[in-house]
Amino acid sequence: MANHDHSATAVLERPVIGAGHDFETVTETVAEIPLSSRTPLPWIGLFLAALGLFGMLQMALGVLVLTGIGIFGTNQPVGWAFPIINFVWWIGIGHAGTLISAILLLFKQQWRMSISRFAEAMTIFAVACAAIFPVFHTGRPWLAAYWLFPYPNTMGLWPQFKSPLIWDVFAVSTYATVSVVFWYVGLIPDLATMRDRATSAVKKVAYGMASLGWRGSARHWHRYEVASLILAGLSTPLVLSVHTVVSFDFAVSVIPGWHSTIFPPYFVAGAIYSGFAMVLTLAIPIRAAYGLESLITIRHIDNMAKIMLATGLIVGYGYTMEAFFAWYSANPHEKFMMWNRMTGQYWWAYWMLISINVVMVQFLWLRRVRTNTVLLFFMAIVVNIGMWLERFVIVVTSLANDFVPSSWAHYSPTSWDYMLYAGTFGLFLTAFLLFVRFLPMISMFEVKTLLPQSKVKAEH
Amino acid sequence: MTQTTQTSGALHGVMAEFDSSQEVVEAARSVMAQGFTKVEAYSPVPIEELNDLLHKTRTRLPRFVLAGGLTGMAVGFGLQYWASVIEYPMNVGGRPQAAWTSFIIPSYELTILFAALAAAIGMIVFNGLPQPYHPVFNVDRFAAASSDKFFLVVESADPKFDRHTTTEFLKGTGAKGVYDVEP
Repeated sequence: MANHDHSATAVLERPVIGAGHDFETVTETVAEIPLSSRTPLPWIGLFLAALGLFGMLQMALGVLVLTGIGIFGTNQPVGWAFPIINFVWWIGIGHAGTLISAILLLFKQQWRMSISRFAEAMTIFAVACAAIFPVFHTGRPWLAAYWLFPYPNTMGLWPQFKSPLIWDVFAVSTYATVSVVFWYVGLIPDLATMRDRATSAVKKVAYGMASLGWRGSARHWHRYEVASLILAGLSTPLVLSVHTVVSFDFAVSVIPGWHSTIFPPYFVAGAIYSGFAMVLTLAIPIRAAYGLESLITIRHIDNMAKIMLATGLIVGYGYTMEAFFAWYSANPHEKFMMWNRMTGQYWWAYWMLISINVVMVQFLWLRRVRTNTVLLFFMAIVVNIGMWLERFVIVVTSLANDFVPSSWAHYSPTSWDYMLYAGTFGLFLTAFLLFVRFLPMISMFEVKTLLPQSKVKAEH
Repeated sequence: MTQTTQTSGALHGVMAEFDSSQEVVEAARSVMAQGFTKVEAYSPVPIEELNDLLHKTRTRLPRFVLAGGLTGMAVGFGLQYWASVIEYPMNVGGRPQAAWTSFIIPSYELTILFAALAAAIGMIVFNGLPQPYHPVFNVDRFAAASSDKFFLVVESADPKFDRHTTTEFLKGTGAKGVYDVEP
């Protein structure tokens, strides 16, 4: 990041963060949150609630392992229900974090700097929640090791590399690893700041170890900037590949409504759409609770809503094309699939998702809506419900009524399905609250590069 | 603001403190113009100019990442080819064992994985981290290097280094303070 580029564009652009900040105020605003010895009361309340849900997850997983996957509503012909829906939903949410930290970095979008850190944290925790579903849907997760990962085992067995399910294992595990690496590399300079500001010996040692002894020398920064740019360049195709591969789980099959070439871009757009909805769901309450309005400004909120609108429109285009393909294919099974989605046993889910993802999202054209944080908070939650329903419709309607009417059935989830899904929110919130309490949730050094103190005039 | 000199033992160097990127870069220019060679700057934000000024070399990290990525690709493709063609060939509907098109995705993912790990580990290792101890941490003011102050250190390993004249010279570059760095 050459600094003279910043100064050249800074004149033309509105400031990204609020007025009156200098280096010290940025450090203080962000670093004092995790360093403070007082834990806010609402945090404790939320944390207890999150732990409760997390406990429910552990209980449900325990019963699942002891009893078997018969406790789910999943059964023939709907052999893929809540576990895959929730998996795709959580993975999709993660995409916004990588988009913000990698793709917007390559495009030099300076507003990303205030939100990238906690969006990346969101990605990691969302991927962790997602991973639970396929691993436990195997019923015997301790055997999943040789079903999923290629390693020499005593039975001489290898996974089937011609299956999209194995591609998915590679895509998701790479995505999880690279996200953690990218997040940690981004944290190193800020952990050094925490080390230097901490007053208690325990915190000094803990942050000091985690910062690896970072000194911020010219050589350090040079290698650091090169590494960040390379990581962003590597993460950009990676994030697009992950939901593409997830969509192959469906598109490579022959089921009506799944076997479609539009799935990869349509899934990626849907992932970014739901991911930004989740970032807004987290950012709006956090900036209010911790008084971060000068760093996460209304411009950030507005920009995120615009990305939600743009990707929402792509998703709407995907729905239109699905219907068009079904008609244009002249294939009776495809035609029936679409008609069944609209008027069959799950018609309500289809029309709910259309009213959210196609109709409601149009209100984001209005600036008044995009800058009304309370309204936007609730809209973001509704968008995530809409995106969950989209996956429900794709997975369940296609399986419940496939080619042969004699095999049709009705699928309904059991209370274990619901408990497991709600439980992952417990895991997500527990991890996210711990992150907010103990780590700087805004990238301090990146925000500082926006300030005049960091600018250097070219030599005459 | 100059620290009182306690010991006459060998120093790591002399450190000057500045308030902004502009000031530290200007000071670095005059230090380099003076002919010093062992100089390091410390800042709370990345300043591209400093590395060009002080070290004049660029990192070999990109080549290391390329090597990592190519290794990942070879490992990914080799693993799949070996497992599906040599070690456990399985005939599914008479399709070819070496179905290279379906090997693309895991090979691609491992390319990214190895390259990203090479970038992160390479950055950390080339930077000599983790390094819990470094002489610059002996200066109390250096705690501000990760918040809002900029520092320039002329190291005693420099052939032109002289404790007294270097200190005086740094004071003349507009430094807010000049400190001895104990080894």
